[in-house]
Amino acid sequence: MAKITVDGVVYEVDPANNLLQECLSQGLDLPYFCWHPSLGSVGACRQCAVIQYRDAEDTQGTLVMSCMTPVTDGGIYSLAAEQASDFRADVIESLMTSHPHDCPVCEEGGECHLQDMTQMSGHNYRRFDKQKVTHRNQNLGPFINHEMNRCITCYRCVRFYDDYAGGTDLSAQASHHHTYFGRFEEGTLESEFSGNLVEVCPTGVFTDKPFSAQYTRKWDLQTAPSICNGCSVGCNITPGERYGTLRRVVNRYHNEINGYFLCDRGRFGAHYVNSESRLRSARDASGMSVSTTAIEERISEFTSEAVIGIGSPRASNEANFALRSFVGAENYFSGHSDAEHEALQVLIECLRDAAFHSPSVRQIEQADAILVLGEDVTNTAPRIALALRQSVRNEAKALAETSRIPNWQDAAVRELAQESLSPLAVFACGSTRLDDIATTKLNADQQTLIEASNALSERLAGRSPAYSQQTLGTTMQSVEATYTALMSAKKPLVICGTGAGAALMRCAANIARALSVSRSEVCDLVLLPKEDNSVGHALLTSKENTLSRALGRLANGEVKRAIVIENDLFERAPTALVKNALAAAELLVIDQIETPTQRYAALSIPSATFNECEVTKVNYEGRAQLSFQVGEGCDAAKPIERWLNVEGSAHSNSMIARCAAEASDFESLIDCLPDPLGRIAGLKVPRQSHRYSGRTAMHADRNVHEGKQPVDDNSVMSFSMEGMLTQKDSSVLASAWAPRWNSNQAISKFQAEINGELKQGHPGVHLIKRSLNGQAYEAENSVNKNLGDFEIRLVSHIFGSDTLSSHSPAIQKRLCDAYLALNKEDALELGLANGDFVSLGGAEDSIILPLIVRTQTPSGVALVYTGSSALGASINPHDLPESASLARVESEPSVHPTGLGLSNLVVNDAYSGAH
Amino acid sequence: MQQHVIASSSTNARLRARDLTAEEIAEIEHELTLYPTKQAVGLEALKIVQRHQGWVSDESMLAIADYLSVPVSELEGVATFFNLIFRRPVGDKVILFCDSVSCWIMGCDKVKKRLSEHLGIDYGETSAGGEYTLIPVPCLGDCDKAPVMMVGEKMHRNLSCESIDSLLPLSNAEGSK
Repeated sequence: MAKITVDGVVYEVDPANNLLQECLSQGLDLPYFCWHPSLGSVGACRQCAVIQYRDAEDTQGTLVMSCMTPVTDGGIYSLAAEQASDFRADVIESLMTSHPHDCPVCEEGGECHLQDMTQMSGHNYRRFDKQKVTHRNQNLGPFINHEMNRCITCYRCVRFYDDYAGGTDLSAQASHHHTYFGRFEEGTLESEFSGNLVEVCPTGVFTDKPFSAQYTRKWDLQTAPSICNGCSVGCNITPGERYGTLRRVVNRYHNEINGYFLCDRGRFGAHYVNSESRLRSARDASGMSVSTTAIEERISEFTSEAVIGIGSPRASNEANFALRSFVGAENYFSGHSDAEHEALQVLIECLRDAAFHSPSVRQIEQADAILVLGEDVTNTAPRIALALRQSVRNEAKALAETSRIPNWQDAAVRELAQESLSPLAVFACGSTRLDDIATTKLNADQQTLIEASNALSERLAGRSPAYSQQTLGTTMQSVEATYTALMSAKKPLVICGTGAGAALMRCAANIARALSVSRSEVCDLVLLPKEDNSVGHALLTSKENTLSRALGRLANGEVKRAIVIENDLFERAPTALVKNALAAAELLVIDQIETPTQRYAALSIPSATFNECEVTKVNYEGRAQLSFQVGEGCDAAKPIERWLNVEGSAHSNSMIARCAAEASDFESLIDCLPDPLGRIAGLKVPRQSHRYSGRTAMHADRNVHEGKQPVDDNSVMSFSMEGMLTQKDSSVLASAWAPRWNSNQAISKFQAEINGELKQGHPGVHLIKRSLNGQAYEAENSVNKNLGDFEIRLVSHIFGSDTLSSHSPAIQKRLCDAYLALNKEDALELGLANGDFVSLGGAEDSIILPLIVRTQTPSGVALVYTGSSALGASINPHDLPESASLARVESEPSVHPTGLGLSNLVVNDAYSGAH
Repeated sequence: MQQHVIASSSTNARLRARDLTAEEIAEIEHELTLYPTKQAVGLEALKIVQRHQGWVSDESMLAIADYLSVPVSELEGVATFFNLIFRRPVGDKVILFCDSVSCWIMGCDKVKKRLSEHLGIDYGETSAGGEYTLIPVPCLGDCDKAPVMMVGEKMHRNLSCESIDSLLPLSNAEGSK
């Protein structure tokens, strides 16, 4: 630690950091623009100027940019000195010369960093009377508004979009007073992380387009801490609600998981809760609505004989647990497909295994050699892909260290490193969105991937692997390069996921185990499930209770009744199997959205969405997190546990407590609940800000009498502005606000230090204790296919491959049709070109898909994207054969085209040329 | 013939790359031997294409980006940073007229006014017949002979309203490209 004096006060600070960061860590108000806690310093905006004194004798001092000034022990500085504060006021005055006075109609108004900094710097009167520079805006697609006139050229947008997130289609153009941040031509921003521009931009150049369409000021939004349900990462989010509808989602800082950034599926996908796909009222088989009393009677009757309960990876722990206790553990079945269920068993075994450690997203960023096996992380767990883009920069940071350049010197570190990257090996079938930063890429079919993985495990175990003749060259090179990288790294990491299948997950575990043994240390292993509560659901389900067993028991009449929660079985098992089973059963479905499964239901009942109830979910690490209710939405919807009316379901806290007490592995779930004693004077935490306006008039269109605020008995939070507003020491922080800091940058006031933990924050709890001393899995056998057949591999897309987010209107504008992809040579051999229709198998009822040529597809492999069920334009992935012969046909594709075509497809290897 | 693997950036693009000419490719290839990375050749390639085409169209931008495997938006950043990379068509003769301080002291305003009257165009405009484009430049490094302007490779020094009258029309030998 170093001691510095700022305006006469002595502070203990970290000498590894710059002065601006340390001033903010100490809670001082020092204005800045171009610096960002995750992006480091470039010294571009000159806003954070302070005076630095040579020694105690020095009364004059020199003006320095605090973001570019390393902290030195014994340093003496002043923020308040007149020269410094005058300089800062002058800087902001010049930044503001072309800034429009449109705050009242600007979406950023009220949470604008530029507003805050202008206030703080004391510039309040415009002296510049010349013409302002104006720009033409671009249509940047369904997510982001563009209003360039508001730009103050801090360059944060391109530093995030290009440098941090690896985007290629946003750039700084022109120079000086007409600098422009935009695309080459109008069009959708392609990065999966474009939504972060909304929060990274210190003013209103980039704003949230879906939010604009139903705009509410920050202080008028009712908010609560919540967890994203877009994938298994469990990013922390703050949804905002007004008038009973979800308005937007913004990032909620969590130092171990999402930090400051979300992906676009998470940010824009949550709007499904307002969509027309919501199941808004209960109905029977004939579509007639059913009263709540009738539903409750029907449900209580259901216990009279054996009932099969099919759970769901997108339902909470409490909902799944309630169903399990309602039907009995022996009748509670997996809602995962059999393949996913099998893969999840591997995942859970590895979570119990003491040889492995499941790193948080922050820890992933620290890895310095990585193997990604078979998973296109950007499309299945996007936030982790963003983290991997930071981990490959560890090489740059190491280089900087040897040159004594501090890591926060962003531009200098990048300039020094040029193209140097830490090793990232991607072994995958086809191109992935991380290929541009991969130092080793093995692009091959399943058989070769398994071979390569086995060879790598052998190599790591000190044996010499056997390669088959045809793959010897490239495979051996990739394996050798990866071997060297993993063995010489300080923090190696292996990543795989259920998308790659159980076989490759076992391979990944073997590789990690071999690493762990040969290095005599615990090895970082990330296994990614597909959905937000896949792990929680799998932990509650017994290994034998697969979905196909449940469907079998229903189909043969062994059990006549079934309850399906938050699940569309047509995405989980072959169509014929599901139809047979459901047709034979009396089916009760509880779901948030309408699904094809409900066509077979005697009764369909609406359940509450993530923002309408307080629940816990378990992420890929086995970390359980609590998500609070944000507001009241659909009147008829209730949480599943309350519909089932199991013991303890009346209060979410008691339900969580019961789940913790009764379900094995869930003991520490109870620690997710905030300590009631931690509340100030026993007061609840308000969901509404102290500036929340218009409450008395909100429902005046229906009734002039102000209704009673809803009461939340379940929670430490209240639907009110009364109570103890979230303060620095609160454990329940939805929306960061501090005096003079109205923007999201206020978060620094709640961090123990910049980029550190939240003060008394709530990081969630790791449920699973590692105790097992597992064994290596049997070396995987290779897949069989007929000569001449194509191996069918599924691909995921960030928009479309997730059920709930695909119902969001903004996401729907980014979807594309189902397709089959081949490489150029295979397509040529079959006489196929872009847009042709291809039949799989050639039988009369075989699946027909439009073809797209993707140049990186391995030969002999057909990649299939099954389309989005939200548009009613998908094929059931479980109806696809493992391999098939392909032929050109004239007949229409199996999936009715949505009109979106493939124009929204963002891949690295689309081929536009003719043969 | 190189394959057009569209960087993801062009899947929904309206514009399509044109084919670079053999001469352009040959010159770009030469530059590639002089730089450590392909990306570094961006500016030179823009100059080469401008020399051959007179200006750099959107289609040319895409072609260069494709050829050098750089994102086209990054190349646009380079192209628009430099005043003398023309992203719009220019006249046969591009007049670079200095409006910086020395020329201003020496009365370039009047000269410019006379020039504009003759050509019927202001800064940033191209004459109706496509003959002239008038562009201001901050300095041509010839302050002792101010006011000055440059057309093609040729400097015109010690300008006055009278000398403008006698200079125009400029001979065709004074190409701008």
